[in-house]
Amino acid sequence: MALTIGFYLLAFVTIGAGLAVVILKDVFRSALALVLGLVAVAGIYITLNADFLAGAQILVYVGAISILLILGIMLTREVQQGSPANKYKIPSFLVSIVFFGIMCFVILQSPWKESTVLSTEPTTAKLATTLFSGNGYILPVEIAGVLLLAAIIGAIVMAKEK
Amino acid sequence: MFTGIENAFVNLPQALKADWPGNVWWHWVIFTLIAIVFFLGSVIMFIFMERRVLAKMQARIGPNRIGPFGLLQAIADAVKVLTKENITPSNADKIVFWLAPAIVFAPVLMVFAVVPFANGAVLADLNIGILYAIAIGSLSTIGVFMAGWSSSNKYSTLGAMRMVAAVISYEMPIVLTFATIIVLTGSMSLNDIVIAQGKYWFIFSQPLGFFLAFVAGCAEINRSPFDLMEADSEIVAGFHTEYSGMKFAMFYLGEYGEAVVMSTIIATLFLGGWQGPFLPPFVWLIGKIFFVFFLMIWTRTTLPRVRIDQLMKLAWKFLFPLALINLFATGLEVLTFPNGLPWYFIPVNFGIGVVLVLLWSRLYKVGWGRIEIQ
Repeated sequence: MALTIGFYLLAFVTIGAGLAVVILKDVFRSALALVLGLVAVAGIYITLNADFLAGAQILVYVGAISILLILGIMLTREVQQGSPANKYKIPSFLVSIVFFGIMCFVILQSPWKESTVLSTEPTTAKLATTLFSGNGYILPVEIAGVLLLAAIIGAIVMAKEK
Repeated sequence: MFTGIENAFVNLPQALKADWPGNVWWHWVIFTLIAIVFFLGSVIMFIFMERRVLAKMQARIGPNRIGPFGLLQAIADAVKVLTKENITPSNADKIVFWLAPAIVFAPVLMVFAVVPFANGAVLADLNIGILYAIAIGSLSTIGVFMAGWSSSNKYSTLGAMRMVAAVISYEMPIVLTFATIIVLTGSMSLNDIVIAQGKYWFIFSQPLGFFLAFVAGCAEINRSPFDLMEADSEIVAGFHTEYSGMKFAMFYLGEYGEAVVMSTIIATLFLGGWQGPFLPPFVWLIGKIFFVFFLMIWTRTTLPRVRIDQLMKLAWKFLFPLALINLFATGLEVLTFPNGLPWYFIPVNFGIGVVLVLLWSRLYKVGWGRIEIQ
């Protein structure tokens, strides 16, 4: 019961924050609304017993990515004007409505399998075993790591060329 | 007398199960109260201690008029600040400006949910305890940003930008040293980490880790010599230039609150938390917290403020590689001796630490008084 109330509260906050990101004129406030949305998503993870995921969500998305985002806003010139509307207002509205419809259709139509296994209490060890063991997802993890490293080196090279 | 208090403290979690009369979570209520009282009390004591010890080290007297030894000076300051005029700049982004102090202050208090005061005497013994502490601690940066941006003051914005540079850089070594502790104990719960230090504290088996965590921690919470983001002589006071009255008090409280949190986490991870003979556990914890804060005051009085390029170089060229090597070495040791490290790893790790610090201080230079501008 309390869990259901919590879920609906968090879902409401998430959706409201997501709408605020798009609608607000002030870019800085949009970024703050995005932070609120990300925190609410972390809350939803907690209601699903995924505590490590929630911690990682806050640490990575709120603590690092959104801060870089805000730093980018601060370094942008003429950011005071906000995000003015342009002539693509109606087409983009149509596209987003169609996309929303497709998403709703997919979510409602797909047969969600409900696992009968109870969720394990300390998820951290299980997550680590799944990610890093030989018969788990070690190869994709390594590939993602190499990709990120290449991206970082590329960013440094691009920033250095003047 | 002490044993009575100790027993009450240890038995609290067992005695206060959720199904007490009225189905109230008494355990939560009581430990939340303990955490808040402990937090506010130690913030006031920290302010008093900082001013008095700083004064002693600078051959001054310091505040000594209000109350015995000037103990009530912080309270007098608080009353003074509360009666001040509440100013909001006319160009400010009002909502963000008003929200910022709360967002700086609230996460600091939230960290105390996972700090154990005795074995099991903790508000919520999360099994992701240390990750929770780091994650929640990183939230207050957003508040600093909000303050710096919404003031529409160039000094505030500059202070906030310096803040992000410091926090993003120093988060790396701090998380890596904490990861070393997690590798050693195999658990992220702060209570388990303290229990694992029953034989010897991790400051002995991880001297380099303690050093790195202390330096990076000082930078993370803007303590001098890393307090560039509020350097009075350069950018007036950084992000809280425009704040006055109660809102400024919140920032001041948040700043010392972060010092309390960092001292507490370092005391818990490296100095054995509530472990210790004779005295009750919470006295040990408080004593260790104040010892770590004393070290912070000591560095503050000793070292001059660093420049922004020196700050960045220290993080990325000194602390970060050392933290990585420390994590790697500890991982190797734990893999070799999975059933706990033998005692002779204390001198070995101490040697590794000294050699690495000496080596790296040779390899890296902070550029004496010269800034390279392309």
